[in-house]
Amino acid sequence: MELYQSTIHELQDKIKEGKTTATEITCSVLQRIDAVEEKVHSYIRVLKEEALAAATDADKEIKKGNIKPLSGIPVALKDIVCTKGLPTTCGSHILHNFVPPYDATVVEKLRAAGAIFIGKANMDEFAMGSSTETSYFGPTRNPWDLERIPGGSSGGSAAAVAADECIASIGSDTGGSIRQPAALCGIVGMKPTYGRVSRFGLIAFASSLDQIGPFTKDVEDCAIMMNVLAGYDPKESTSVNVEVPDYRQFVGKDIQGWKVGIPKEYFVEGIDPEVKAAIEAAIKTMEKCGAQSVEISLPHTQYCLAVYYIIAPAEASSNLARYDGVKYGFRAAGGDLLDMYRKTRMRGFGAEVKRRIMIGTYALSAGYYDAYYKKASQVRALIKRDFEDAFKKCDVILTPTTPTPAFKIGEKTDNPLQMYLSDIFTISTNLAGIPGISLPCGFTKSGLPIGVQFLAGHFQEGKLIQVASAYERKAQVEKRRPGL
Amino acid sequence: MKLTAQEVEYVAHLARLEITPQEKEKFTAQLNDILLYIDKLNELDTKGVEPMSHAIGVTNAFREDNVVESIGTEKTLANAPDARGEFFRVPKVIE
Repeated sequence: MELYQSTIHELQDKIKEGKTTATEITCSVLQRIDAVEEKVHSYIRVLKEEALAAATDADKEIKKGNIKPLSGIPVALKDIVCTKGLPTTCGSHILHNFVPPYDATVVEKLRAAGAIFIGKANMDEFAMGSSTETSYFGPTRNPWDLERIPGGSSGGSAAAVAADECIASIGSDTGGSIRQPAALCGIVGMKPTYGRVSRFGLIAFASSLDQIGPFTKDVEDCAIMMNVLAGYDPKESTSVNVEVPDYRQFVGKDIQGWKVGIPKEYFVEGIDPEVKAAIEAAIKTMEKCGAQSVEISLPHTQYCLAVYYIIAPAEASSNLARYDGVKYGFRAAGGDLLDMYRKTRMRGFGAEVKRRIMIGTYALSAGYYDAYYKKASQVRALIKRDFEDAFKKCDVILTPTTPTPAFKIGEKTDNPLQMYLSDIFTISTNLAGIPGISLPCGFTKSGLPIGVQFLAGHFQEGKLIQVASAYERKAQVEKRRPGL
Repeated sequence: MKLTAQEVEYVAHLARLEITPQEKEKFTAQLNDILLYIDKLNELDTKGVEPMSHAIGVTNAFREDNVVESIGTEKTLANAPDARGEFFRVPKVIE
């Protein structure tokens, strides 16, 4: 087995035993990038020189016996988290030349934990999309089938892990942007509770929904990454000061007697038959783990997408007002100030971003606030209440992560509503602010990965690690690799 | 139709977006589709339901008012498309 194919915990063991070095691991991953990046296009920028220099430094520390949780581990960052002195584009023309003067808190934390930043990963422009096709820098391809999308918006981060172009990566999830691509690329992805991970230095899309989380090759690695990422940040007023447990302690614990809620509303319409079969098999596996499945109801499920497509664009239209060609990024020439604003934004933003700015601006414009944003925020409260009621009857909830496996590039680009529907099972989590994890649960006959999603109450990431780890061990989903 | 082409043009003005005639046509159709879908919410009676603004009920987040180092003018202006001295430069605002 090549080093680049390894997990964090496998590499950590090797480093501790002196069997490998940060430089060897980094070189192995860089060679893999050289071999497959042209096909997959996971990255907007590969940080080759920076990574090699960081690996040299890491090896000096390791030699001194100073081994940290991510020492020598090549990690990819979605190009939405600010990296000091390194371009951060958010997948957009309007930020193509932006060089942040500071690091995001997660970047500081990962660096302090020894991580080696290997590249800035591709993404849908401003994280708006479900396929990574809206990136100004061109689409990322699914490593399992290069004709298909990797999911989105964190498609580059997911594809990079699936194609072994990094060991783990960072994404952001506003309506499913970590879990959906994790499912479609056959890896593990977690969206933590709103407030669990600092958003400082995360370029804002919809501030009441955005959350940063990890992509990894297995559940134990997810726990290792969460140990680094989670925690209160005085620089981020919505981060929450709740104690962070050692997530690794939940790996391998049994779930005997747990109640796994199966929401009946998630099994009604439009699910691909192979996905449905895989999820039904996953429910049986949970029973083999000693858990009991119970039917639950989340009655407002059918309204989640409508609520999301008011709240997210409304917040985005406000957040994206800052891109005006004055302080940073792209500026188009214009006659007067207003003309400059309008031309800069016309040429700087892509079609999907403009569409959402338009919906959001309309929803917040005079006379429409009550009908749209207020109404959506009220229904959002009902959706949150659904989950509170459900968690009185069960420990965790199990659902499909996506209604279908990865679709073809170009299949849904002309139909925004069809594209939005691919997030139908992940959006409610963000609206309620609860954590969710997606992990592989099988393959279609044609060899595309399928994901199962677990959800838990606020700050119950430990429960998710525990249930996902129990499932992972019992299910023994075939360890296939994309044939790149 | 909930939105006319004229309204789309007005919304684009509010959003400070110049749009082409083709975009205007496309957005009018697509925004109407999306608004029609969103109309679903009116099936629900939400009278008396407190609107939810954030997932976790954190209210005021206070911290000590300590002075810490800031990024400084030079670094702040480094990304500006146009700057002179200590200022961002923009096209003329007042005739």
